[in-house]
Parts: sequence; C-alpha cells; structure tokens
Amino acid sequence: MSNYRVQGATGEWEVVIGLEVHAQVTSNAKLFSGASTAFGAEPNTQVSLVDAAMPGMLPVPNRECIRQAVRTGMAIEAQINAWSRFDRKNYFYADLPQGYQISQLYHPIVGEGQLVIEADEKAGIPEDKVIGIERIHVEQDAGKLMHDQHPTMSYVDLNRTGVALMEIVSRPDMTSPAEAGAYIRKLRAILRYVGSCDGNMEEGSMRADVNVSVRKVGDTELGTRTETKNVNSVRFVMQAIEHEVQRQIDVLEDGGKIVQETRLFDPGTGTTRSMRSKEDAHDYRYFPDPDLLPLVLEQDFLDECRASLPELPDAKRARYEKELGLTPYNARELTAEVETFARFETLLSVAAKTIGKPEKNVATQVANWSLSVAPGLVKSLGDEADMANATAERQAAILAMQDKGEISGGQAKEIYEIVLKEGREPDEIADTEGLKQVSDTGAIEAAVDDILANNQDKVEQYRGGKDKLFGFFVGQTMKAMQGKANPAVVNQILKDKLG
Amino acid sequence: MTDLTDLGLKAIRGGVAAGDFTAREVAQAHNDAVAAAAELNAFIVTTPEHALAAADKVDAARAAGEELGPMAGVPIGMKDLFATKGVQSTAASHILEGFVPPYESTVSQKLWDAGAGMLGKLNMDQFAMGSSNETSYFGNVASPWKKQGSNATLTPGGSSGGSSAAVAARLCPAATGTDTGGSIRQPAAITGITGIKPTYGRCSRWGIVAFASSLDQAGPMARSVEDCAIMLGAMAGFDPKDSTSIDAPVPDWAGLLDADLTGKTVGIPREYRMDGMDAEIDASWEQGKAWLKDAGATVVDVSLPHTKYALPAYYIIAPAEASSNLARYDGVRYGLRDLPDGAGLQDMYAATRSAGFGDEVKRRILIGTYVLSAGFYDAYYTQAQKVRTLVQKDFMDAFEQCDVILAPTTPNAAFALGEMTDDPLAMYLNDVFSVPASLAGLPAMSVPATLNKDGLPLGLQIVGRPMDEQGVLNAGLAIEQRAGFTAQPEKWW
Repeated sequence: MSNYRVQGATGEWEVVIGLEVHAQVTSNAKLFSGASTAFGAEPNTQVSLVDAAMPGMLPVPNRECIRQAVRTGMAIEAQINAWSRFDRKNYFYADLPQGYQISQLYHPIVGEGQLVIEADEKAGIPEDKVIGIERIHVEQDAGKLMHDQHPTMSYVDLNRTGVALMEIVSRPDMTSPAEAGAYIRKLRAILRYVGSCDGNMEEGSMRADVNVSVRKVGDTELGTRTETKNVNSVRFVMQAIEHEVQRQIDVLEDGGKIVQETRLFDPGTGTTRSMRSKEDAHDYRYFPDPDLLPLVLEQDFLDECRASLPELPDAKRARYEKELGLTPYNARELTAEVETFARFETLLSVAAKTIGKPEKNVATQVANWSLSVAPGLVKSLGDEADMANATAERQAAILAMQDKGEISGGQAKEIYEIVLKEGREPDEIADTEGLKQVSDTGAIEAAVDDILANNQDKVEQYRGGKDKLFGFFVGQTMKAMQGKANPAVVNQILKDKLG
Repeated sequence: MTDLTDLGLKAIRGGVAAGDFTAREVAQAHNDAVAAAAELNAFIVTTPEHALAAADKVDAARAAGEELGPMAGVPIGMKDLFATKGVQSTAASHILEGFVPPYESTVSQKLWDAGAGMLGKLNMDQFAMGSSNETSYFGNVASPWKKQGSNATLTPGGSSGGSSAAVAARLCPAATGTDTGGSIRQPAAITGITGIKPTYGRCSRWGIVAFASSLDQAGPMARSVEDCAIMLGAMAGFDPKDSTSIDAPVPDWAGLLDADLTGKTVGIPREYRMDGMDAEIDASWEQGKAWLKDAGATVVDVSLPHTKYALPAYYIIAPAEASSNLARYDGVRYGLRDLPDGAGLQDMYAATRSAGFGDEVKRRILIGTYVLSAGFYDAYYTQAQKVRTLVQKDFMDAFEQCDVILAPTTPNAAFALGEMTDDPLAMYLNDVFSVPASLAGLPAMSVPATLNKDGLPLGLQIVGRPMDEQGVLNAGLAIEQRAGFTAQPEKWW
C-alpha cells in the first residue's frame, strides 16, 4: 500500500486514482479508412471520403489496428474477447464529421488485465504493486479545430479524424501521484515494447483522462470523482492529481461537495478547471454501429498475435538479473525503454564476441558502460558528439581493450570522446594518441627502480611500518609513466621490490 | 418499328445486339420520353448526355465485334439516393441540393460497367423516408395511373416513387430502387410493375445515401421478372468497401429462371390476414395461391406469430439508425450551410438542419433520438432488436415448412396525394406487409397481379429464404405468366 496521505485541517486524507489512457495505434492507415496516419502533414491532406463522412461512405475495419489492440491486450495478460462489437457514440462537433465516434461501449475487444508497477522507495512506493486494467477498446480519434487562423471563424483539420485509438481503462487502484506516474510509464513501456503505440505524449499519441477522488483515511466508501481530460505528459498527470486532490480536500473541508464533472488541466498553471458538470453531460445515445458486423477473431489470428509478442519488460528485467547477473537497479534501468535495452543488447552481443567471453561474464561491464559511462560522456559533449559515430563495434572494441587491461577506465573515456567527435577507430586512437596502459614490466621496473633509489628515506620508513607510503610510490610511478602504466602491474612490481 | 419505349430491358439488349436498332436510338427515344413527361416530376435531374454517351460506347463496341455487357444499350433511371460521379445527388433533400459527388456508388458503377446508361436521377421520398413520394424537397411525383372516373393525382408509392412512375410510364425500361421497409415493393405494386429487394448484403451499400444501414438494400424495378433478374445480376456482388456485403458468388438468376414449381411449397402466413382487410387485396391473394398451385406448388398455411410487432419495431430501429446516419449533414463540409450573422457552431447546426430537412425527416430524427436516449434505450431500441430477432426466427421456422411465402405487397391500391399526409401513422401502415421481410433481411419481390375495380394495379409479394433470390424470382415468374398483366396507364402527361 502506498503511504501517500495528505494532511488537511480536519485530518488525513487518502486518494483514489483511475486512469483512462488513449493510445494512438501504430498503423499506416486509419481504423476504418485507408488514409495515412503520418503526423505533421499539411491540414486536410490525409482525409479519405470515409473520414470526411461523405454521403454513402462506409467504414471497413483495418486488420492491423485490431491486431495491435489484441497484442496489447495479451501483453497486459488480459482476457481477449473473440467476439466484440463497435458502437456509435453520437454527438455533434465540427471535428467529428460523422456526427458520431465509432467506439466500443458494450463489448470491448479486450477485457480484464493488469500490469505491475515496481517498488520505488524514493517515490513512496514501498513494494511492487499490481494495477488492474478493466478493459481496452478501440475507437476513432476526432479531428482538430484551429481557432487561431481567422478572427471570427474556426478551421477544421481532419487529418487525425478516424485514426485508431486504444482506450486503456485502469481500475481505481492507484493511491498516489507517484503510482499514477509509474503506471503511465510502465504502460507506455509495454506499448512501446509491443510496438502498438509509439508512446509519444508530446505529439499526442498518448494522453490520459485522470479520475480522482479523495476520502478520509479509514473511510471505505469512495468519494465523488472528477475526470480531468486529455493530460499529455507524466509530469502533468501527477500535477493534475496533486492539484485536484488539494482542491477537493479544500472544498470538502469548507463543508462543500465535490461535483461529478469533467475538468481541464492547464499546463501553464498546473491547475484544473471545470469544463462541464454531469448535468450538462452529453447523452451519447450509444448503439451498435449498423454499418459494421460484430468483430470475430479467429484462432489463427489470435495465435499469430501471441507468437509475435516480444519479450516484455517484466520478463526481460527478471532475465537480466537472473541470467546476466545484473543488479536490480541496472536491470530496471536497462529495461525501462525500448531504445535502452535495444542498444544494450546489441552492444552486449558484439562486446561478448569481441572480448571472447560469454555474455553473462561481460554483462555488468557493458551495463555500467551503457547506463553510466557512455551516456555521461555524450551528455557532457553535447552537440560535439555525433551519435552516428557511436557504433556497437567501436564501443565493443573499447570495452575489449579495457577488459584486457590495455587501457584504464579513464583512457576508455578519452578514446570514446574522440570516437564520438571524430568517428575514428578505437585501436587506432589508442595507438596514435598514446592512450594505452603500459603493462611492459621492464619499463615499469626501470621507473620503480629510479623512484626507490631517489627516495631511500621513504623506502626505509615504509619498511619500518609506514604502510600508507605505498600510495606515494604508486603515485610517483604513475607520474613517471605519464599515467599510462597498468595499475595492477605497478602494484605488483612495487610490492615485490619493497618486500 | 415498335415504339422503343415499349420494350423491356431484355428486348432492348437483344435488339441492340442483333442490330435491329442502335443503342443511340434507344437512348434518344427514352430521352425524348423523359423530356415529355415533366408533369410526372419523376426526375430531379435528367442526364440525356450520359445516356447517349453510354449508348455510343455500346454501339461502338458492337461495331468492333466486342462482347456486350448484360445491360448493354439499356438506358435506366437512377434513384437519387445513389451517389453518381459528377451528377447532383440529393436524396431528394434540400440539405444536399447542389451536392455533386466526386465518386460513383458501387451499384451504379456496376450498371455502367454492364453497359447501361443513365437517363437521370429519379425523384423519391426525402432520404427514402416516406411511402408516397410526398416528402421530396423537389415536389411529389405523380403516378401515371388514374382512378377510373377521377382526375385526382395519385401517389406512385415511395420511397422509390420516381422509379416506379418512370418505369410504369415507359420513360425507362428499368430503374434502380432501394428498399428499407418496402420502398421497392410498395411503389412497384401500386404502379403495376415488378421489383425485387434481394437478401440484405447482396448489393453493396457503398455510395448509397444511408437511411437505416441495417435495412437498406438496393434492387431493380422493371416491367418483368426476367428483366429484374438480369438487372439484379448486374447490381449484386461482394464489395470489400461494405463490411455488411455478402461474400458469395452471384448466381445466373436470369439464366436459371424456371416457372415450374413442382415440388415447391408456398406458405401463406395467417397473421397477414388482418381485420378489415381490403376485399380486393384478399381476392388477389387467393388468386395468387391458385396460380402457384397451378404452377405445381403445394400451398400450406404457415404462422409468423410476431408479425404484428414488426411494424412498431421497424419504426424504432429505422429512425434510430437514421438519427445517427443523418448527423453528418451539419453544414460543415458539404451541402447546405445556413450561417446566420454572428452565429456560433450550435446555431449553424440548428439553422442548417432546420432549413435542410423536411418534416418527415425531422420527425424520424426526433423519434430516433428519443428511442436511443438514456433511460429509453432499453425500453425501445433493445426491445425492438429482440422483436427483430423473433421476426427473423418466425421466418426461419416457417421456411422449415415452405420454400417461399406469398402475401399481398400492400394493404391498399394507390391513394391520392394528400390523402394520408396528415396522418403519419396511417402512412406507416402502408408498409405493414413489406416490413417483416426487411427486418429479417430476406429477398422479397412484388409482381403485378391484377387491377382493382378502380382500374388500379395490385401486387403480390413473394418472400424467400436468405440468398434464395432464385426461388423468389421463379415463383414471381409463375405468377407473372398466369396473371397476364398487360395493363398500362393511359398517357395523360
């Protein structure tokens, strides 16, 4: 259980949160027409006769959109309904050419499922938590109104009209803004793993309706909820909840009542404001769309959907810990994003081959490189880094040199910096720039002999029991070797000579 | 030479193919007949150039020795519910007045591909809502028929009233119709012509302005069963652009026509015999039974117990779908826009739709909106869907005992214009015999049987099993051969 509590004037309050996430289905064509779904095209250039609701036009379901919804359902371990149906949600608006949205109210394609959000002590999530998902249904997106193109008129862009959305409805199982944030991040990761939604919240491919209510700690009845519409980032979702929680507590503690209503989030102020109350709510007059037959999924289709699912975040994380021996932290960080694990797995495979060891023996080295060393360097270089230069082969070559003790960690960074800036090969850089450790015992021994000869007094003190002076000899040796000596070799020689 | 406008579809096709006359001569003769019949108001727009161009193509193809299509050289009328590329398509409404689609409906395209040409767009009840053609924004159609001893203008039926009037008046040998609750069969019956509504899903609905999607079906209207069979063959077929289209081969209905009904059983639904039934309708029904027996069929009584609930269920389901289907006519993208000074979006909707829709259309939108509303949905829409299922089951049970069902098409002959406009319920009752087959999605046709004592045509209806258009057409042919219906309206226009 989350320990999130809000202290009010009259006592402690707890929070109940449910999320309806609208995720745009990754597909080249719209849900019921062949028009393109590419983002950013000129207004009204991706509109078919069906999207514009010309007289006599009919919807035909797009198989790929259905497939993606089913695969998503499978990824959240949900009931897949082999029989589902489309309903019309009727209302008038200029961005809705048909005068109705084709959706699924009564018989959604995906039923009960769930996902797990991970423990995060810092965020106040003490242990892993299962969040129930009530359903996923597919529906059409609406177009876009533009109010800033003309002094007295609004313009309509129908490019987005009819694009397939999945509406993913959670159970009211979240009890803190952090849990809600974790839920969206996890859901987004799953969608991106599956490839059913690009999860791009800035472009509107994913947005959430946030249902929030509060109640006194210990109360069993749910409070009246409000729904804040179309919140389009994880941060905003958390802000909207925080604001809404405080607002509701203030209202209740002032003796007021929460009105069940739809609210809007203002990202500028981080606040919500009323859009319409339940009394003005539309009567959507849902009924089965008579232009479409019930959607019946054949076993072959379901089998293909399941077979095409990739390894999912939870399974991958467990495997990283168990088979690759990574720390829980590293495993979680590496599996959080599709790009991250994809880069990691590629590098791991190439590095293992280059080094000539099993993957599990180099995994920790590759993980540390991927999560901390490489990103840190890239960040500090900023625009100077050309990521096209950062091939897995070059990074593996650096890791291999490091593994063999040819270069130090510091040298690895220096080499990678040159790789990123100039696109040269690591071996060549190490040679040309003199970025190699000297493991040649002859050269090191000569240097050590010199240092011991020039510091007889310290040698005596050391031998007399002043162990701390060992570091002085190492430092002097490294200095004499211009920092390029292999520290392990230096240590060994010093120990031998100092006796 | 016979008058070309007296020829049916098959005779025209044959004459063109044989070189007895050219397709252009046929088109010209019909264009002239259309032009001379303005008083009937059967057409909203005429397209003589379309008919001539199609005819010229057929004549050229014939001259080149190419194979001719099944509708080659036949000029037809196109109900204005079909979107025709480059030609105004209004559904007889003000809201779509001036709307010229940049696309062609699947069914009309198939007809052009088969060699037909278009004489014009036929008048109809607005958005196919009506049984008398009085709801058209472009004025009512006048039936070519008159009651003996009366000069009153009669209804050609509806909603395909322009189609029925034009075919009956010899303005065209055949026309397309659409049937939602009887809109092919009722007008065919009361104008003495033949029309068939095929199984729901046989003809693509793509490009047909939707009234009630789960019921709308296109079909041919012509002056013989065989002509209907030929034209239906050209109209039907799977269309991937219509999700409700049936993916099944189209049989050679015309080639397989057979009026010998030996071994077939005809069912007579006892619930269709209603109190106060018109005696002449009843008599024609009895006559129909005798004709089918004569053709070799066995006649049995069957029961369709939920018949009386069919009409009320229809008048919930059809308006419910219509209220949603017609939401797209909002003044935003095409068609009429009424934007009062300083008006906002809601005002524009209200003004546009108030001005753009006629009373009957508004009535059905209101009914449909009401029955789908929260709190009423279960009591009306859900209940009506249950009735629909029961009506379908009634038919399936009956078809355990019989192959086709025989019934009257309409409860009365043509009535005078204005006679029923003040009483929408009486008007709705005109569909009482046709609606059940629509709810069940079954193939059903009307063939002329006889004239009543006023000299007005009465039709008989045959309903068949799903996909058994052949059985329906065969029984229709048996009646046609025995009825010997040759009456024509006397030309007064």
